[in-house]
Amino acid sequence: MIRYIRWCAYFCALLLAALLANVARVQVWESAAYGANPANKRPAIDRYAEPRGDILVDGRPVTGSRDSRQLLRYERTYTDGPLYAPVTGFSSQTYGTSFVERAEDAVLSGTDPGLSAFPLWYDLSRGRPGGGNAVTTLRAAVQQAAYRGLGGKRGAVAAVEPATGRILALVSSPSYDPGLLSGTGTRVKAAWERLNADPTRPMLNRALRETYPPGSTFKIVTAAAALDAGVVTDVDAPTRTPDPYRLPGTSTLLPNAAEGCAEASMAEAVQWSCNTVMADIGVRVGLRGMVEAAERFGFNDEGLRIPTWVSRSDFDTDMSPDQLALSSIGQFNTKATPLQMAMVAAAVANGGEIRTPYLVDRTTQDDGSLVRRTGQRTLGRAMSPATALRVQELMVKVVEDGTGRNAAIPGALVGGKTGTAQHGVGNAGTPYAWFIAWARGQDAPQPAVAVAVVVEDASAVRGDISGNGAAAPIARAVMEAALRTHTP
Amino acid sequence: MTALTAKVTEPAPPPPPDARAAKRRGIELTLLAGAVLISVLGHLYVGLAADGKSTRAPAAPYAAGLGGAALIAHLAVRLRAPYADPLLLPIAVLLNGLGLVLIQRLDLATPGAPGAGDQLRWSALGVVLFVLVLVLLRDHRTLQRYAYLSVTAALTLMLLPVFFPAVNGAHIWIRFAGLSFQPGEFAKILLALFFAAYLAANRTALALTGRRLFWKLRLLPGRVLGPILAIWLLSVGVLVLERDLGTSLLFFGLFVIMLFTATGRIGWIAIGLLLAALGAYAVGTLEPHVHSRVQDWMNPFASIERGDGPGQLAQSLFAFAAGGLLGAGLGHGQSFLIGFAAKSDFVLATAGEELGLVGLTAILLLYGLLVSRGFRAGLALRDPFGRLLATGLASIVALQVFVIAGGVTGLIPLTGMAMPFLAQGGSSVVTNWIIVALLVRLSDSARRPRPGPGDGSGDGPAPAPAREGSA
Repeated sequence: MIRYIRWCAYFCALLLAALLANVARVQVWESAAYGANPANKRPAIDRYAEPRGDILVDGRPVTGSRDSRQLLRYERTYTDGPLYAPVTGFSSQTYGTSFVERAEDAVLSGTDPGLSAFPLWYDLSRGRPGGGNAVTTLRAAVQQAAYRGLGGKRGAVAAVEPATGRILALVSSPSYDPGLLSGTGTRVKAAWERLNADPTRPMLNRALRETYPPGSTFKIVTAAAALDAGVVTDVDAPTRTPDPYRLPGTSTLLPNAAEGCAEASMAEAVQWSCNTVMADIGVRVGLRGMVEAAERFGFNDEGLRIPTWVSRSDFDTDMSPDQLALSSIGQFNTKATPLQMAMVAAAVANGGEIRTPYLVDRTTQDDGSLVRRTGQRTLGRAMSPATALRVQELMVKVVEDGTGRNAAIPGALVGGKTGTAQHGVGNAGTPYAWFIAWARGQDAPQPAVAVAVVVEDASAVRGDISGNGAAAPIARAVMEAALRTHTP
Repeated sequence: MTALTAKVTEPAPPPPPDARAAKRRGIELTLLAGAVLISVLGHLYVGLAADGKSTRAPAAPYAAGLGGAALIAHLAVRLRAPYADPLLLPIAVLLNGLGLVLIQRLDLATPGAPGAGDQLRWSALGVVLFVLVLVLLRDHRTLQRYAYLSVTAALTLMLLPVFFPAVNGAHIWIRFAGLSFQPGEFAKILLALFFAAYLAANRTALALTGRRLFWKLRLLPGRVLGPILAIWLLSVGVLVLERDLGTSLLFFGLFVIMLFTATGRIGWIAIGLLLAALGAYAVGTLEPHVHSRVQDWMNPFASIERGDGPGQLAQSLFAFAAGGLLGAGLGHGQSFLIGFAAKSDFVLATAGEELGLVGLTAILLLYGLLVSRGFRAGLALRDPFGRLLATGLASIVALQVFVIAGGVTGLIPLTGMAMPFLAQGGSSVVTNWIIVALLVRLSDSARRPRPGPGDGSGDGPAPAPAREGSA
């Protein structure tokens, strides 16, 4: 019997060995696969176990955390949610994150290795550092001026500091409260469905992710291209452009909204927004020259991160001369984000150099010590400094005595350009009203702000008047706020 | 000579046959202190992990309760089974203590359904029964007389739940005056007792007689095999009726192991396993309750793919996987996601998640040690009944650990059973304390110095002189 008891013992040992081998399989070999299973709630529980770090504007958090006492413990709250939604995005336990919440998620959720001087300590202690903060470049006053200016109308505003690339305002309207999407449950689901079904598309970030035909504001790019290429050497010299202008190779006639454009100089053409003159100049610069110029300003670039990705602005690279003529006045297939057009204005104001726009100045630990600072970088040179000076003068004239007089600010040097973008089938849609501008305080060495405003549902006044009427006052309010708070 | 060696605590070098007669009660006490200390520290840690203050898991009454119980059990062993294996009791206390820690930890995550208090009271009752067994049962061979009484009691206990409503799909509970217990848990001891007594009495007939079929395979004599086979079939049949799959598996394994130990007929074991496999296949395909468990085992993530979220087994696997090598730390896991059976059937998942592969291996090795000490007692005993009983009891623990641990880690289909000592469950804890008490009694007999070498056949009368040594 002894022998059989031993055999039984061996059998039990075999069972134990099988158990141990299987447990090692589950806990070591397949651990990662099980951990990554989307039905495993642990990552989510860990993620929301601590309050999320904050997004700061002017040093004050515009976000917060609320203890929901649920399994996913801390939910996101937003102060002035609709105002900052295009910047913060949402942080939803159901639908994930967007914009800065997404781009800086590692820091905000506390998983970024830079949050701890000794990451190994947290590995050993099984704890983790508290969520860090993201300090934005926004200025609350500028942002509010832009938001109030749009007043709920469909549109967007982007404002940057030309010399640094800091984004001062980023507004999309109509907006929504990202706090509605924070938690879990039916209320969040209902809010998500309602926002997605809303025909005004409140969750669309029009400043970064929507592209519009830039209309006449694109004439600044064409003017810079012509000056840089030497196609125009004297901005005040009359051109030989007829009014209306026959598009090359076609019998289509291009009219002007303004009067007195026949054989006008480039200066007059910018001042009064003559389609004919600028279309002809674009054709004379040629496809290659125009494409290169547009790309120097940032068109056709899919890689822009601020750190949120920005939609690509388009300037076609393969066009017939008549299409090029239309593209040179911001029509045909030319499309731009409001941020792109703010960069155009900023390039002019900054002597031709474009600074890479950025939205997050730095990330910090929850005690304020630095994790990472976004370095100021140059995106490239859009035009020569001499060209920039001349285009600045052209833009100043637009505001002083041209189509953009509504943007004038007493005591400041303001340059601008109106735009009206036709769109829709047969241009039947209500035109988009554009205004791009920059402003420099009296005696200030550097421009304080460059801004682009687009209003989708501008009143049905055709022509450049709509840019001046609907968009320019908003740009002025934004620039005034920026000038007020500007500290060089 | 026997009385002399019995008095020495250090093993005397020269006399070879009874050198192991040392009592080693001091070692047992030291190990017990360690077991209690580990459990109390675990308890403190759970409280600290919950709120940083340990106020939510008061450690003082717990320490006093566990320490007191351990001390009482130790005194009972010291007085009534002085030669007993010194590892059995500390392992039982450590496992019981760890179980209480894990249940307390899960209580903090599920404030609506506290379980630690009840478990502590049941554990106390278990220790009382442990002491009672040691006090009342002076010689394990007394039990041989009650073979038929125990089988009657076992079958009665197993039949009882049929008359009570099913709980979670299984008719294995008796609800009575607000208390509920699982009679199957008690029945397994009684059945092991009966098997041991019956097989010991009929061992020779089983091993040597019977018609030869071909080669070495001989038909076991029906006259002897018949009754035991009938009882086994009856018990498994009842359990299948009650849908207690785990216990029926346990009883089947117990029967096969004890029959093999008694007869050494491996051919019959093979046939038994084949029949069992066929039976399991039939039940697994036809019976819906069992079928769904087999389905779960084949594809634990089926419910996720259906969009119904993870089932219990998937949650259990997630918990084990989350533990990894070193575990999340006591109180830092999320194994409460498993749901209502987290403290009972799936308590091992909490151990796996919070103590990691390292801690889980330690726990499984503790069970392995407990089982091996049971087998060791069986090997050292001289009487067939004692040998069979020790083998049976050790096998019960081994099989139960395998069935439940294999189930929650996805090795075999899941069956509702309780991890010995670790899981929440009154009848289970009490039963396991009785098993340990019996093993202590058996190991005491096994290690007790025997009368002189002349009459060392082992099957003789109880070694009465040893008692003088222990006094």
